[in-house]
Amino acid sequence: MKEFFNMGGYALYVWGSFGMTALCMIAEPILVRHRRKVTLQRVSRLVRSKTAKQSTNSSGDM
Amino acid sequence: MSSNRINWFKYSSPATFYPLAGKLVPWFSAITVILIVVGLYMGFFVAPTDYKQGEGYRIIFVHVPASWMSMFIYLVMAFWAAMGLVFNTRMSGMMVQSLAPTGAMFTFLALWTGAFWGKPMWGTWWVWDARLTSELILFFLYIGYIALHSSIDDKRRADRATAILVLVGVVNIPIIYYSVKWWNTLHQGASVSVKSGSSMASIMLISMLIMAFAFWAYTIAISLARVRSIILERERDTQWVSELPEIKQ
Repeated sequence: MKEFFNMGGYALYVWGSFGMTALCMIAEPILVRHRRKVTLQRVSRLVRSKTAKQSTNSSGDM
Repeated sequence: MSSNRINWFKYSSPATFYPLAGKLVPWFSAITVILIVVGLYMGFFVAPTDYKQGEGYRIIFVHVPASWMSMFIYLVMAFWAAMGLVFNTRMSGMMVQSLAPTGAMFTFLALWTGAFWGKPMWGTWWVWDARLTSELILFFLYIGYIALHSSIDDKRRADRATAILVLVGVVNIPIIYYSVKWWNTLHQGASVSVKSGSSMASIMLISMLIMAFAFWAYTIAISLARVRSIILERERDTQWVSELPEIKQ
């Protein structure tokens, strides 16, 4: 086990490479998921305020 | 006669592409996870130690796939940019916009893992040789695209302006690819090529290809997931967006 993590003396370089790759490829999906959440909130708020305006306009009490 | 043909333009409309992308994302995510697990297992436990570079060579299993993707994503972006200019389809620009951050990320990873491989094997983190420099320029092209696109408020105009930038930048891709042949560089030649086949042991090659396919599936999944947010933002004033269940709720 210890031998595996030592990577024949190349531990810093091998794990430095794989570690940064893992970090990026885990962080990006989290960011994309967060962006979707924010976008859904923003767009549905915009759509709601638009339909609310339309309904008050059509009912005549401006 | 024309009714027999597949209507390729059907999915160039955001309203039809949005649900299609939503269906595809889980599949490509699952393929990514499976291939990564298999690829890492083979790369670390099945592939033998290299007789020259010891265990250090295992960086190849992320370095080469990331470098391939950095160039390949740029070519796909250029394809969509050209499509957008020629056919003026709305989805094209959104796909370019969706792919760029992932392309930049893989370019960064290619440079990073390259530095971590160069240090023990060449004795230096960085050298201004043709392969490394042209890859760094690719990174700047991605950053330039992202910065230019976000600086133009009218997104359709941003698509057209940046499409030119992306297409001009394509000239850099063959320079990166052939740099190790054209110039005397510290970077080694291609380990895998169409003409001469592979110079690697087959189990190493298979492990690397599995990782490359994993990165490929990852790119498809992440760009389709991201483009769905881009579609919602850009099409927020349309009827079909306001009728989506995730918007209505």
